[in-house]
Amino acid sequence: MGILAWVAVVIILITSVSLLLARDWRISIILLAVQYLAMFILLLPHLPLGMASVKVVTGWMCAAILGMTRSDLKDEDSKENLWPRGRLFSLFAAGMVGLIVTGATPSVNDIMADAGTAVTAGGLLLVGLGLLHLGITSQILRVTQGLLTVIAGFEIIYSAVESSALVVALLVVINLGLALVGSYLMIASQHREPETV
Amino acid sequence: MTTNAPTLWILVPFGLGILLLFIRNARTVSALGGALAVLLALAAQFIPIETALRFGELSIKIDSSISVLGRILLISPAEGSLLALIYAGSSLWFFGSLAAERSARVVPVGLMITALMVAALAVQPFLYAALFIEMAALISIPMLSSMYAAPGRGIVRFLIYQTLAMPFILLAGWLLAGVEASPGDLALAAQSASVLGLGFAFLLAIFPLYNWIPMLMEDSPPFAVGFLLWILPTVTIIFGAGFLDRYSWIRSSPQLISALQFAGLLMVTTGGLWAAFQRHLGRIMAYGAVAETGFSILALSVDSRLGIPILFLLIPARALTLALWSLALTIVKENTETLRFSSARGILRNMPFAATGLVLATLSTGAFPLLASFPPRLALWESVSRASSTSAIWMGVGIAGLLVSAIRSLAVAAMADEYASWKPRENLPQMIMLGLGAIGLFILGLFPQTAQVFLAKLPLMFEHLGR
Repeated sequence: MGILAWVAVVIILITSVSLLLARDWRISIILLAVQYLAMFILLLPHLPLGMASVKVVTGWMCAAILGMTRSDLKDEDSKENLWPRGRLFSLFAAGMVGLIVTGATPSVNDIMADAGTAVTAGGLLLVGLGLLHLGITSQILRVTQGLLTVIAGFEIIYSAVESSALVVALLVVINLGLALVGSYLMIASQHREPETV
Repeated sequence: MTTNAPTLWILVPFGLGILLLFIRNARTVSALGGALAVLLALAAQFIPIETALRFGELSIKIDSSISVLGRILLISPAEGSLLALIYAGSSLWFFGSLAAERSARVVPVGLMITALMVAALAVQPFLYAALFIEMAALISIPMLSSMYAAPGRGIVRFLIYQTLAMPFILLAGWLLAGVEASPGDLALAAQSASVLGLGFAFLLAIFPLYNWIPMLMEDSPPFAVGFLLWILPTVTIIFGAGFLDRYSWIRSSPQLISALQFAGLLMVTTGGLWAAFQRHLGRIMAYGAVAETGFSILALSVDSRLGIPILFLLIPARALTLALWSLALTIVKENTETLRFSSARGILRNMPFAATGLVLATLSTGAFPLLASFPPRLALWESVSRASSTSAIWMGVGIAGLLVSAIRSLAVAAMADEYASWKPRENLPQMIMLGLGAIGLFILGLFPQTAQVFLAKLPLMFEHLGR
């Protein structure tokens, strides 16, 4: 399980950094789905198989909701016009997040009832890179992916200390709700900009 | 016959909110939603929980709790008045939606949000409230943004900030349990207080995280935003007070009390000052709401024997003020190009009821005498001044800013062409609702004891605070 958990951390690192860099929405949806698979592996040490499966299936459903909605919308040029937006910058920022996570993992692991170094590192990576994603984008799809990534990271860390069925159920509802709200806003954003009144 | 309180005040309104989504007639939706909210408020106020009632042969008892997936939703008998206050406040918006012509979304979604906020107060362990508040924030998005217009930046920020609050609050709950187990661990106490503070900073939109509120007021329907600006901070503040009540080390920490006072003053002062310099009626309301939240936080920072009754006294005043304000703004927005001062000049002549409601609500937020917010603000100001005269001065600066914004709004509303005639554009329901709201502001201002029927027992819901 130990090696598998570290493999999951590496997958999380690759997917969440790629999510930052990906320009094609299809690739970003696939990356999100793979990210949930890695999350499933990190949840297994602390949650029963059933509960962990529920979370991964929910994640895939979220990815499917976002993907299906996006596929129905017409392709247009990226509206991202904020500086900085280069891939090199994103990569550099991701590296900074990686450094912070490396430094913070041991102390957070102690606080979170010895969740396991791999589990803590994986969770913190998702939270950190999700926050970075939120900080450098204003596109609805990317914002939704960023929020889902942050919550996925939090769920991994929180599973070490709380395995209540009610919490799992409510987090499932919140994940699905976020995906639905993201889809709703994506459809709405196809229309003209609101008149500021 | 037995039933339970969570079913009556959470599941039933949530379910009926879903059903109301399918009714197309706006008047019916508004009347049904408003009547249901009033009925639930009356039931909460007058039907005792955990006490058998006899009607001839029939005996009815409302249990206080229900078990859901191994956890409990619990509405204690002491919380009846709070539920009454929450549903009565919501009914203002549901009935008002008839005049605002916004019932299609505000009433069904508002009913579901209210039910979720009650669930947030009822869930045990209480820190799970963060999950219900997040669900309420998610549900509110369709109310704030049409599917046929691009969402503004305010909605996206609102979504991000409310979502980020949830992990912080849940983690803080876990850390606080650790502090309880080892009270000597100062580092852990500092960490948990920081995480908790961050969570509430996001939830309550504490400076500088309130930039989404003015944006939302520009982009979204003022009536819907007004509802959210009432119910979200109100329930969150009570949820926060629950933390103070539950953990004695937080309650007795001078640093935390100072932090609360600083945050509250910062919100009152910046909210008031920013409001004074705005040239947009919606943004003035946004900063007014920010200052309102600041007053509530400030009430938590003073001696709880005074602060808790003041906190509860602020709730009905805030509900009525924001309901009137948002209704007036909705009507003004329908009849002018924008809510900017340049477009709203002279509205007193063609929308006298809306303009009067708008100015009265702004004045009430600024603690103008005879209006609803005056008695709690005065009591709060006195309590703050006892603790620190510098703080009282800063509070005064915020209030002065709010009053300046009210005077500027009045000046703009009155700035009509000399020969412009008086032609009210409001329809009858709008005039009635605005008139009732204005009368309500005066009644609460002149006779604050009228709210005591709801407020008298409220401090009993806390075990330690206010004792």
